[in-house]
This record gives sequence, structure tokens and C-alpha cells, in this order.
Amino acid sequence: MTVGGWFQIALYLLVIFLITKPMGVFLAKVFSREKTFLDPVLRPVEKAVYRLCGVDEKREMRWTEYAVAMLAFSGVSMTLLYLIERTQKWLPLNPQKLPNVPPFLAFGTAASFTTNTNWQAYNGETTMSYLTQMAGLAYHNFVSAAVGIVLAIALVRGIARRETDKLGNFWVDMTRCLLWVLLPVCLVASLVLVSQGVIQNFHPYTQAQLISPHWVQAPGADGKPTVEKIARQVIPEGPVASQEAIKEFGTNGGGFFGANSAHPFENPTPFSNFLELALIFAIPSGLTFTLGRMTGSERHGWAVWTAMAFLFFVGVTATYWAESQGNPLFHGVDQHASALQPGGNMEGKEARFGDADSVLFATVTTDASCGAVNSTFDSYTPLGGMVPLVNILLGEVVFGGVGAGLYGMIVFVILAVFIAGLMVGRTPEYLGKKIEAYEVKMAMLAILILTVTILVFSAIAVTQPFGVSSITNPGPHGLTQVLYAYASSAGNNGSAFAGLNANTPWYNASTALAQLLGRFFMIIPILAIAGSLAGKKTAPESQGTFPVTGPLFSTLLVATIVIVGALTFFPALSLGPILEHLMMTAGKIF
Amino acid sequence: MKKTLLVAVRFTLVTTVICGLLYPVGVTALAHLLFPRRASGQLVERDGKVIGSRIIGQEFSGPAYFHSRPSAAGTGYDPLDSGGSNLGPTNRALIDRVEADARKLHEENPDAPIPSELVTASASGLDPDISPAGALFQAPMVARARGVSEQEIIALIHKQTRGRQFGFLGEPRVNVLELNLALDRLYPLGAKVKASSSSAPHGTERGARSDSQSKAR
Repeated sequence: MTVGGWFQIALYLLVIFLITKPMGVFLAKVFSREKTFLDPVLRPVEKAVYRLCGVDEKREMRWTEYAVAMLAFSGVSMTLLYLIERTQKWLPLNPQKLPNVPPFLAFGTAASFTTNTNWQAYNGETTMSYLTQMAGLAYHNFVSAAVGIVLAIALVRGIARRETDKLGNFWVDMTRCLLWVLLPVCLVASLVLVSQGVIQNFHPYTQAQLISPHWVQAPGADGKPTVEKIARQVIPEGPVASQEAIKEFGTNGGGFFGANSAHPFENPTPFSNFLELALIFAIPSGLTFTLGRMTGSERHGWAVWTAMAFLFFVGVTATYWAESQGNPLFHGVDQHASALQPGGNMEGKEARFGDADSVLFATVTTDASCGAVNSTFDSYTPLGGMVPLVNILLGEVVFGGVGAGLYGMIVFVILAVFIAGLMVGRTPEYLGKKIEAYEVKMAMLAILILTVTILVFSAIAVTQPFGVSSITNPGPHGLTQVLYAYASSAGNNGSAFAGLNANTPWYNASTALAQLLGRFFMIIPILAIAGSLAGKKTAPESQGTFPVTGPLFSTLLVATIVIVGALTFFPALSLGPILEHLMMTAGKIF
Repeated sequence: MKKTLLVAVRFTLVTTVICGLLYPVGVTALAHLLFPRRASGQLVERDGKVIGSRIIGQEFSGPAYFHSRPSAAGTGYDPLDSGGSNLGPTNRALIDRVEADARKLHEENPDAPIPSELVTASASGLDPDISPAGALFQAPMVARARGVSEQEIIALIHKQTRGRQFGFLGEPRVNVLELNLALDRLYPLGAKVKASSSSAPHGTERGARSDSQSKAR
């Protein structure tokens, strides 16, 4: 660990702190339909969208209507993505003449992008045409992010409103989210990314003649190794920057290229890296302030923010420590940080980022349900790689995905006030609303669906040949690979211990199912909670009310999250990364 | 229900046009107006031929060039198969690979400790950079092959080193392609070295290559 590394981490947290309030205020204005400086340009576009789609912008919806609209939209847009993938050969903007995507992979990818997971069992540069990338995948980066955000807003409205059954209009919220929030920021951010070297074009791939041709061993057609001369390099092109911006800002994480944000064309400089990191946390952090503002308790918003920032800091510290130690099994290699080299465990990390920027990215992307990566988790030290896994297992509530982080966190808030209520022997209340059996049941359902999905699928995969055959790292590390795959899928993260060969019928189908379960069986209980809370009266705060502001509440919230997570996943973790760590320190190689 | 489905279809089509077509096309137009070279991948030309991208790493062989990091992208630095090794920290395949590479490097330069990134594969497999320590470690080998003093090579490395961005972001680094192009420009390979360097089939047809300026497109 170096001073320079810590400085970058501290600076990042400071930047996130500073954008929380402006972003939160702006989001509250957009969804409360207050005036913003963008109105003169966007209001006519907004009206045109409603006219073209036949939406009555004045009409609000009950929670069930809201849920049906959300499901209908997800279903339709997922089908369109599947169709684009399956027909890309005949569609325009395919200069490399890439074939149609095979059915299992196309279905898995469609599910993955619709659920904001962006789990990828393919390399974009050799699988997806430019049209599929931008009109299919990047489009879903926009709308799956917007769906997450508007659901969080619907839940916040449920908390803030009283004695009503209306939560807002799904189509209006989506339109305003896309036009006012996602598109303008991405337009600016993508141009800044281009200024750093992220590419943006529709050229066919470039053939480069290497100045130092060389020979490599490659398996020949008959399986025998042959020597092959490499004199050329094919350099891929494409509309990358426009997708890169929304990939981070919408916490989607699906890379244009296989190497994701480690690829120099997706993330060429330390500044592009910093910008991508800031984009990931911008909305999730801002939404905590939106929560406070819309419910009339800004201090509650900051209490939630504090709990998140604390868990983030613990995570980044743990993984930075683990990675900067290097790999004790490498002998005769200098892994110390100095002014001339980053040092640490550099397997699977880029020289321009070193260990500090890599672990910061790893922590942020898994806290936030983003799943973009600028280093490969499979090659992290056991404890360094456990942090991203734990971040996902805790429910991705540390800032979390856009919208998903906030509604996930509110589930834990409900649980925390329920536990506090039990301890003091009073009916629990949350911002004036009584928390009753129905809300607690729905909150537990949301928590359990994640747990059950992860553990059951992992258990099947590690006991069946079709699951085990995809494991590529022997020993306890193999269990971590599988556990991570289902955690990432059910948590809609999309990052991977990427050695696992996930492009098999079993993994394509089971991870897609885990993603759909983790997304929609989480969303529906949450909308039910929103609907139920909206209908309640608000009781004035009394002396016996457990306060949801201040350090005591933040502490209780952190404790609830950690205890639920630890009780559920400690056994699995101890057989995976913890065991691997102990054996690594004992010098064991698998 | 039927009405909702109809709205969903219309909404999908309208937003696909806005977010999936107009937005990326608009960004492309603005990008080419503002940063045409960067939007096209910073391709580097020499003698009228594209020889690579400034920010995509490539393999260099022989003692006359600085070498890039090990790469797990395809057979090495294949941009159509970008990615890392994904070998776990306790995987024997990783430990064996690192030890074999370390042995080779020690033969070239037995005195210095081996900087860790020279024996580890990057996440993209296309890392264009090495650390200053990684370049300095290779200086004696390159100096011998080019027949110049080690001091001159070390001075060139220092000149080519990029510090942290704005002084505090990222890590100091050296772009391997740029460093090697500077080598070819300043200390051209003599005829003797060229003949023994079996890895330069274009060397003869491009006799004047050492004098040619590399330029970026």
C-alpha cells in the first residue's frame, strides 16, 4: 500500500461525497416534475414520446399496474434484443460479417442485459455486430438502468406519500429518466472518454503489420502443436465510447470487448478510469439524498449514505491490503511497490492502473452491481478476491446498482427498524409509517430469493458433472469460481471469476434464470411494500420512536447487513476463498 | 393488459431509435469533430503502413527490442481474444509459468530483481505499458544488442516515462511501442544485427526503415 494509492482512494470518496447532494436534488426535481434548466430543450421531446407511444402523462398507477407495465416493457424489449442478436448477419452495421448469435447464448445475453446484469459468455469483438452493440446491448444499458431508478423512485414515493394507492406513471418516469438524467450525462461523459482515447467509429477492423514479427506455438488442425508466424495484428474498432459511458453510469458493466474496462480502447488512461469510477457511484450515491429529500428527512438520507460509505471503505481497505502483499508463491520476483513500479499481485492487472486503481475499481464495481472490471478477479489473491464476492453477497447495497442499491438498502432498513422495534418492544416505524407483518414478510422474501438462488444453483453446479467440467482453477478456488458466477447472476452484477467456462447450455440457462429470479422476484416484493406503505397514515414522531438518523441508526443498519450476510454465506466462504488463503500461506499449490 | 403491451411495444421502438441509434451516431459525429485521431484508435504509421495502435500492446521479440508483458490474449496480444489468464493464485499452471519466465529473465540480467509485471499477464492481454522498473531491467540487454551504452538507453527510458496523470492518478509507465520506435529512430539496427535477427522479414524490403519517421494517423 502506498501514500499515492491511498490518496487516490480518499480523493474518490471525496468526489462521491461532493456530487451526492447536487445529483440527489436533480433526481428529485426530475421525478417530481419540477422545473430544471434542461426543460426548454427536452420538454418538446418528452411530449413527442408520449404522443408516439400513446401515454397519458397525467395518469398515475397503482403498484400492480406499475409492476405490469414494467414486466411488459422488460418482456418486449428483451424479445427485441434476442431478435437483433439472432438476425445480425442480415442487418446493417456489421463490417466484420459476424454470424448470427447462437440461440442459447443469445437468450442468456438478452436476459442478462434486460436485468441490468450484463453477464457475458462471449467476446464482443468477435460475436456482436456494431448494430447489436448499440441498438441492442447499449440500448438495454439505458433502459435496464432506467427501470432500476424508477422502481427506487416508486418505492420512495410509497414512503413519502400517505393514504393513496398511486405510485406514479411508469412510462413517464422512464421517459424523464432517459431524457433528463441518462442521455445528457452520457453524451458529455462519452466525449470526455474519447478525449482520453476511447474509440468511437464505425470502421472495419484495422490490419496492422507488426514491426517485430514472431513465431508462436499453436495447436494445429490435427491437434499437434504447430509453429505459426504472427506478422499482423487485427485491431478492432467500433462505437465504444457511447456504450462505455452508459455502461458505467447505468451500473450495467457489459464490456464492448472481452477484456471490459481493462481493454485500452475502453479505459485508456488513469483519468478515464477515475471518470468511469465516478460515473458508477454517481446515481446510487445521489439517490440516498433523493430519498432524504423526497421523504422530508435529509438526515435519514445521510445516515444511509454513511452506512454505505463505511462498508465501502472497509471493503477497499481489505482488498487493497491483500493485493499489495503480492503472491507469496512467486519466488525471485520483486513485488514491492516503489517509485518505479506498482508492485503487488500484478497477475491480471494493467500497468497503468497498478494495484490501487485496480482494487478501487473492483470494490466499486461489486458494491454497485455494475460488473465492469479493469482487472481479473480470478487471479486476485484469495482474500483480495473474496471482497468483491462478499460485496455481492451482502446484496449490493453499498451504494449499489442504480435504483437497485437504494431499494435493496431500504429492505435492510425495514429489517433494521423491525429488529430495533423488537428490542425496545414497540411497533416499528419508518419515517412515520408503521412497519407491520406484511412489509417484513415482503422484505424477507426479497432477501431470501437472493440467498436461495445463489446457494441452490451453486450446490447443483459443484455436484454435477455438467457444472464441474467448466471449472478451470483446481482446489478451493474452483468453488469460488462457481459461487461467484451465481452470486454475480442473482445479484445482477455481471462480473465474473472469468476463468469459468460459462458458455455451456447449463451455465447459459442457469445463470439467465438466476438473473431473472434475482431481478424480478426482488422487484415485485419491493413494489408491494411501496404500495402498502403509500396507503398508510403517517403517525407523528414520538419520544418512543426509534430514530432513523444519526450514527446509532447507521451502526444498526451496518450490523443488520453484516449479520444477515455472514450467517447465510460464511460456510460457503470458508470452503472457498478462506480455505484457499490458509493453504496458500502454507505454500500449497494445486 | 393488451393496451399496456401495445404501449410497451411502441415505447421500445421509440426509445431504441433515441438511445440505440440517434445517441451513438451523434456521439460519433461529435467525437470525430473534436478528437478525430483518438476516436479512430490512435493508429501509428511507418513507411505508409499501419504498424499498430499507440495504446494496444504488441509482442516484440529478440534482444534489440524492449519486450511487452506476458499476454494471455489468444496466442499473445491478439486483440480479437482480449482477456487475462484467469489463473488462480494457487494454480500450478500460474506458478510454473511465472517461474519459467523469471528464469529466462534472470539469464538476460542476473543482477537485478525482476519487477513483478514482467512475469505477470495483464487483464486485457493488450497492456501497452510496462513500469519504468520493467524497462530499466531490460536496458542492459537492449544496449548490448544495439551496440550503445547502457546510460544512453537508460536516458531514453527516462525520457519516454510518463508520470502519474496530473501528478497523482495511476502509475508511472512506459509505452513499449513508442519506446521501441524511438530506439529504431535513434539507434538503428546495423546490417549485422539485422541479418542475425530472423524475426524481421520486412527488414530487407524496407531498407530505409530506420531513417523513416513514424507518424500517427
